[in-house]
Amino acid sequence: MLDGILTGLSTAVTPINLLMVFVGCFAGTFIGMLPGLGPISAIALMIPITYGFDPSTGMILMAGVYYGAIFGGSTSSILINAPGVAGTVATAFDGYPLAKQGHAGKALAIAAYSSFSGGTIAAIFLLIAAPALASVALSFQSADYFALMILGLTAVSAFAGKGKFLIAILMTMLGLMLSTIGQDQSGIQRFTFGAIDLIDGLSFLLLAMATFALSEALMVVLKPEATSKEAEKATKGDLGSMKITKEEVKDLAPVVARSSVLGFFIGVLPGAGATIASFLAYGMERNFASAKEKLKFGKGSLRGLAAPETANNAASSGSFVPLLTLGIPGSGTTAVMLGALISYGVQPGPRLFVENPAVFWSVIISMYIGNIILLVLNLPLIPYIARLLALPKQILTPMILFFSLIGVYLVSANTIDIQIMVLVAIIAIFLRLIDFPLAPMLLGFILGGLMEDNLRRALDIYDGEISFMWERPLTASILAITAVILFAPMIKGLIDIRRNKALKVNDGEG
Amino acid sequence: MFGKTTKLSRRFVLSMAAAAVSVGMAMPLSSVSAADIDKIHFLIPGGAGGGWDGTARGTGEALTKSGLVGTASFENMSGGGGGKAIAHLIETADRQGDTLMVNSTPIVIRSLTKVFPQSFRDLVPVAGVIGDYAAFVVPADSKYKSFSEVVTDFKADPKSVKIAGGSARGSMDHLVAAQAFKAAGGNPNDVKYIPYDAGGKAMAGLLSGETSILSTGLSEAIELERSGQVRILAMTGANRTSDAPNIPTLTEQGIDATFVNWRGFFAAPGTSKEKVAEYNAALEKMYDTADWETVRARNGWVDVFQPADVFYTFLEEQEGIIGDLMRELGFL
Repeated sequence: MLDGILTGLSTAVTPINLLMVFVGCFAGTFIGMLPGLGPISAIALMIPITYGFDPSTGMILMAGVYYGAIFGGSTSSILINAPGVAGTVATAFDGYPLAKQGHAGKALAIAAYSSFSGGTIAAIFLLIAAPALASVALSFQSADYFALMILGLTAVSAFAGKGKFLIAILMTMLGLMLSTIGQDQSGIQRFTFGAIDLIDGLSFLLLAMATFALSEALMVVLKPEATSKEAEKATKGDLGSMKITKEEVKDLAPVVARSSVLGFFIGVLPGAGATIASFLAYGMERNFASAKEKLKFGKGSLRGLAAPETANNAASSGSFVPLLTLGIPGSGTTAVMLGALISYGVQPGPRLFVENPAVFWSVIISMYIGNIILLVLNLPLIPYIARLLALPKQILTPMILFFSLIGVYLVSANTIDIQIMVLVAIIAIFLRLIDFPLAPMLLGFILGGLMEDNLRRALDIYDGEISFMWERPLTASILAITAVILFAPMIKGLIDIRRNKALKVNDGEG
Repeated sequence: MFGKTTKLSRRFVLSMAAAAVSVGMAMPLSSVSAADIDKIHFLIPGGAGGGWDGTARGTGEALTKSGLVGTASFENMSGGGGGKAIAHLIETADRQGDTLMVNSTPIVIRSLTKVFPQSFRDLVPVAGVIGDYAAFVVPADSKYKSFSEVVTDFKADPKSVKIAGGSARGSMDHLVAAQAFKAAGGNPNDVKYIPYDAGGKAMAGLLSGETSILSTGLSEAIELERSGQVRILAMTGANRTSDAPNIPTLTEQGIDATFVNWRGFFAAPGTSKEKVAEYNAALEKMYDTADWETVRARNGWVDVFQPADVFYTFLEEQEGIIGDLMRELGFL
């Protein structure tokens, strides 16, 4: 294995490959920053260019675009509430409020450092254990994925402010319902009303762009006074400042560590991915946070920003485990990369790191280099990019509207998507006006589809019995964790009440 | 209105000129002559990176590089399982004189299940270009060594044979499995099909042990077998292929079932017979070019050229077989 790593290292540091890491990361950051436009189309269109290359060089370039896009995607999430890629939707939950409070530079810096740490820690995991991790990827069956999605739903508490719990659950339900639109596993159309455009269901990114970017920009138009004051405050504030205090670093280090591990393992599972990882990490940190910190989530918590941003990058690196060691793509983007690898004549699978160590290890090693390049590339730009918010609203708002609409259109090249987007944005504005949170809806939507598909498969496999929920150890364990998360606060509350009573009784006696 | 007609007539003149050139230049010189067809616009009913996308871009690349076609442009239009692009091609037929839409077996299945109201009859089938057989795959450590062992288990207890596939119930992977077990003397309604949302996820399901057999395309199966994780029990060609001579057909295992997932091109309704003949001539020449061989080998495609009339008959035949099977399974 050491020989292989050395071969990989010597391949990764050849001038052409270093150049490709740079080109890939640069292009990726840019693609990621453009709202809506994800890495998948960019990589698909890039494949013909890579045919003349050595397989390692081609893969290094495409991998750079992939994690570069997830790195860069946070920028538009934070600045204009328009997620660059699906994996950075959760970044907007706390990143955008931070930017609005005048801390855009700080938020961008934390996102960059978190992405860097997540990507680098994941690359270390890959280097140490990639071949062995193949079995982890295969240990999850449909029943376990179902349990994982249920666990993910507990993250809804992260979005529920005081007294808002019922509303948050209501919005999660709405998200679950929206995820059932389209053709289901048995080929039956649901809620399509005979419209051909609804057969494939709604796209997550479209929903996120409409509810966040579009409705936010339209709110600015609807309520001009309220926002112009905020804007003033923002411009006066330290918009471009990237200062992070020592206490904050100390506070965020464990968050980054936890989210890297979680994100990486979710990424390794072929049935999950970066988006799920970011939502789970966000929910997990909310559960770990102190009561005081909990209230900050959704209103500009640094932890709430660092967690999803670390997890999505760790997950994108983790997704190379099933791709390289099993030849199984976990996402659309990795599926395109698999196609490219095969057309180079490289067969990914358990023997890849033995038969083709140069390709296997050089891609992994290029990820370290890539993450450093991304950090160096992004940090100096932050003060300038953050200044974007200092633009007058008359210019910024139309720009946001334009980029969000174009971004979604470019993904599907389907005009109906723009119409659906506007409709969703109008509904979202109404929901905002009556103070209903939209993030739980996105959570329900992203988990809903996977939850239903996996439950139906598990039921099919177990002949309609639900016994798998306790008979499969992995499923049972995940469900048990879910139960603990759900009931622990309740039980803790009950104990507190008892203790208080007991104390009072003691006081009375004393 | 006026602008549209002038554009059309100019296009018409150009294509006639191109045809005249290629005819006038006599056969031996055709390779150095101007392109046979001035330009082709490929309409792709799915997103970048999919199978349709690869077929259109690969064909376009081979046609232009070999000089058979002057320029090729590509347009991705996803939505409605391909229905969006079909509707668009029909609605704007008068402006789509140079357009070829790529499609495959699902156009037959989806028009049967009324996912979209149109069928291949509403378009002008131009040619079938490449094909892929279906294959049945088990993990390398599976107890099954041949497909007949699977059939024996299926007949004893259909529930014990869980078949994974990368598409919804009632779509290709499911229908092929039902067809095979029916031909083997079993009841196709008993087939326990477990749908996944992509081929890769179905493969992960198979390797995780939750399903026992995977129904997928042969070219994908060959790649998987090469990585040493799976074994291919059977494929659905009428004869063994030269790419994988060691893989037995269903027919030779006594199961009379064949299936080919074709990919081919369709033109807008109203496209003239002459234009279709031009396309066919260009495509036929394409198979002998080195540029096509590069594209074909890169993607592991199997050449299955079906010129327009053969293609049409084939589509009708496939529609009949699939339709009967779907009726029996209760999907229609």
